[in-house]
Amino acid sequence: MNFYNEMYDAKGGVRSHYKAYEDWLKATPAEHIERKRAEADLAFHRVGITFAVYGEESGKERLIPFDIIPRVIPSAEWKAMQAGLRQRVKALNMFLHDVYHDQEILKAGKIPAEQVLNNAQYRPVMQGVDLPGEIYTHITGVDIVRAGVGEFYVLEDNLRVPSGVSYMLEDRKMMMRLFPELFAKHKVAPVQHYPDMLLEKLRAVAPIGVSDPTVVVLTPGSYNSAYFEHTFLAQQMGVELVEGRDLFVKDEAVFMRTTQGPQRVDVIYRRIDDDFLDPLVFRADSALGVPGLVRAYQAGNVTLANAVGTGVADDKSIYPYVPDMIRFYLGEEPTLNNVPTYMCRKNDDLAYVLDHLPELVVKEVHGAGGYGMLVGPASTKAQIEHFRQLLIAKPQGYIAQPTLALSNCPTFVEEGIAPRHLDLRPFVLSSGKGVDMVPGGLTRVALTKDSLVVNSSQGGGTKDTWILEE
Amino acid sequence: MLSRTADHLFWMSRYIERAENLARLLDVTYQMSLVPQSEEAANRNWNAIIALNSLEEAFAAKYSAVNGQNVLKFMVSDADNLASIHSCFRLARENAHAVRGTLTTEMWETLNSTWIEGRNRQFEQLLNAGISEYFEWVKKRSALTRGTTLGTLLQDEAYHFIRLGTLLERADNTARILDVKYHVLSPKGADEGATDFYGWAALLRSVSGFEVYRKVYRDVITPGRVAELLILNKDMPRSLHFCMNSVVKNLDFIANNHSGETARQAGIMHAQLHYGKIEDILAQGLHDWLTQFMDHIYQLGEGISRDFLVPSTEAA
Repeated sequence: MNFYNEMYDAKGGVRSHYKAYEDWLKATPAEHIERKRAEADLAFHRVGITFAVYGEESGKERLIPFDIIPRVIPSAEWKAMQAGLRQRVKALNMFLHDVYHDQEILKAGKIPAEQVLNNAQYRPVMQGVDLPGEIYTHITGVDIVRAGVGEFYVLEDNLRVPSGVSYMLEDRKMMMRLFPELFAKHKVAPVQHYPDMLLEKLRAVAPIGVSDPTVVVLTPGSYNSAYFEHTFLAQQMGVELVEGRDLFVKDEAVFMRTTQGPQRVDVIYRRIDDDFLDPLVFRADSALGVPGLVRAYQAGNVTLANAVGTGVADDKSIYPYVPDMIRFYLGEEPTLNNVPTYMCRKNDDLAYVLDHLPELVVKEVHGAGGYGMLVGPASTKAQIEHFRQLLIAKPQGYIAQPTLALSNCPTFVEEGIAPRHLDLRPFVLSSGKGVDMVPGGLTRVALTKDSLVVNSSQGGGTKDTWILEE
Repeated sequence: MLSRTADHLFWMSRYIERAENLARLLDVTYQMSLVPQSEEAANRNWNAIIALNSLEEAFAAKYSAVNGQNVLKFMVSDADNLASIHSCFRLARENAHAVRGTLTTEMWETLNSTWIEGRNRQFEQLLNAGISEYFEWVKKRSALTRGTTLGTLLQDEAYHFIRLGTLLERADNTARILDVKYHVLSPKGADEGATDFYGWAALLRSVSGFEVYRKVYRDVITPGRVAELLILNKDMPRSLHFCMNSVVKNLDFIANNHSGETARQAGIMHAQLHYGKIEDILAQGLHDWLTQFMDHIYQLGEGISRDFLVPSTEAA
C-alpha cells in the first residue's frame, strides 16, 4: 500500500507547507531536540497530565506520549474540511431532533425505522422533548483520516462525550514553551480560546428565560480516565466541577450543594454516559448520577450537553446513513467522505466480509476506544479466525470497512524519526447560534510501526496540530 | 463554593497539619528517650503516643512490644495505620487530587511531590539516616504547603476553609501534646519545680516554643508557665488562644444562614481563652480542662461539617 506522507511528496520532496519546519529541523542539533523532548516529558509528569488505562493495575496513571513534530495542515485544506464538518454536524443535529419528534426521515424511508427505534442508544424518554436551539450534540469530536491530497474520510462521529480536547490545548502550550522560535516563523492559527468558545456555547443553550445561567461540568470522579480533562475544562471556564452527589433535584429543578446553601444549576456539561445519569430512569445501580435529573431535563428546567440519546446517531450501524441525512435535511451533497461500510447484519455484506477478512477492518457496532476490533492486514491467522467465529455467532454486532491507506507523518520513535499513521479529531461546537470550532483539533498518532490504531488506550500518542494561516 | 470542595480542602489541610504535629510529638519523644532513664519509663512515653490516638488495639495486632522502634514504625510509615504520617500525606494528597482545579498549580505540585517523595522513603533508611532529619523534612513540607497557599491562593472561601482546617487541627494537636507530656514531666502537678529541664525544653521545642518562652518570660522554665504559654498566649502561633482567634475570624468570613450556633460555640471557646487565667485552669486540673477543650474542638468540627461541608438536602 502507498501511504500519503504529510511532510514529503511521493518523490521525496518536502511539501511546501512543511518547508520552513523541515529547514528548522535539519538545522537544529540533535542534542537540543533531545533536551527539549526530555523537558516536555518532565513537565507533563509534574503537572500530572495523565490518564488511567482500564484493565491495568488500578490507580495506575500513564502519560500520553507527546511528539514534538507537529502535524501541519495548509489553510485551504482546513477551510474545506471545516465546511464539511459544519455541514455534517448540522445534519446530525437535525437528524436527532427529527428522530425524537416527527421522524420524517424514517417515514421517507431513508433509514430503516427498526435500525433507529430498536437501537439500544435510542432513548424513548427523549421523544417529544424540546431542547433549546434544537441542539443535541453541543460538542462533537469527529475522527477524520486522510488518504490523499484533499481526500479526507470521517471514521466516526463522536456525539456522546468525546474527550481529548485538553491534550490539544496542552500540546500547543508545550510546543510554544519548547520552541517559541517556530511560532515566530510560522503563522499558526491559535486554539487557546477553546474554553471561552465552549462556555459561550453552553451559556447560549441555557433553558429559556435564564439570562445569567450557572454552568457546571459533571464528572464521574477522580478515578475516571479523563478526570484530568474534566478538571482542566472546569478550571479554564471558571465553572464548578461537580460529581453526582453534589447535585440534587427538588421540584423538577437541579441544585448544587454549596457552603452558602443550595444553588440552582442551569446547564450541565456532563462527562457521564446516559446510562449513569439518573438511577430513576437508566441504570438503577448508578451511584454517579442524580436521581430525578431526567425529569427536570424533560421539564426544560436544565440543559444537558450533550443531550440524552445522541448515541443513536453515532452508532456504527447508523454511520453509513450520514450522507443520506445531509442530502435529506440540507439538500446538499456531503463534502466529507464516509468510509464504505459493510453491515454484517445483511447477508450479502456478511458473505463478502467473511470472504475478505484479511483485507478489512472489522469493528463492533457499539465499540469505542480501539477495543474489540480487527485490522485484517495487520492480524495473524488465529486472530482472523477468532473474528470469523464472532461474526458468524453475532453478525448484527459488527460492521466492516476497507482498510484505509491512512496518511503518516514523521515522528520521533526509538530508532529515530520514522513515519507513523495518524488521524485528526476536530472538536465541533454547536448552539442555536451556529456551528463553530477552533482551527485544527487533536492529532493522534499510532506509535507502533505500521499500526493503524491511534487510540491512547492502545499506545497512541499526540501531536500539536498546526493550521497555517496565509 | 461546592460543599464537597470545601470538605476536601478542609480535610486536606487538617491532614497536613496532623502530619506535622505528629512529627513534632514523635520527635520530642524520641529526643527525650535519649536522656538516660529506665527502660520502663521510656516505654511508658512511647505507649502514651499510642494511647493518645486510641490505637492500642491496632498496634497490638501488628507489634508484640511497645518500644521506640515499633511505635516509630507504626506512626511514621505504616500504611495500615490511618493515623501514620505516611497515611496523613496520602489522604492530604487524595483530598487535593479531588479538587485540584480549586488549588493553584503550585499547591497541587507541592502536595503531590510531598506524597511521592515520602512514599519512596524506607523506614529503616530513615532510622539509619537519623529519624530527626525525617521529622524536619515533614515539618518543612507542611510549612511549604502553608507558604504556597498563602503566597499563591486567592483569599476567597477556599482559603478560609483551608485555614479553618489547619487551625482547628493545630488547636487539637497542641492540646494533645501538652496533655500527654505535662503529666509525664510533672506527675505531682504544677507546684513541683521544673526538675527535668531537658524534658521541658524538648516539649517547648516540639511546638517551636523554646525561644518564645525565653522571650516572653525571661526566666527559668516552670510547668505552670509552659501551660500558660501554650494555652493562653495570644501571639504564640501554636497556642490554643492563637488558634481559636483565627478559627473565629475564618468562621466569620464563611458564615451562612444556619451557621450561627457554630459561630457562637467558637466564640465561647475563644472568650474562655481570651479572659482565662492559668491559675483557674490548673485549679480545675489541667488534664480535665484539656479533655474538655478537645471535646469542644470535636463538637466544633462536627458543627462546621453540618453547616458547610455535608449539609442535608432538605434545606432547599
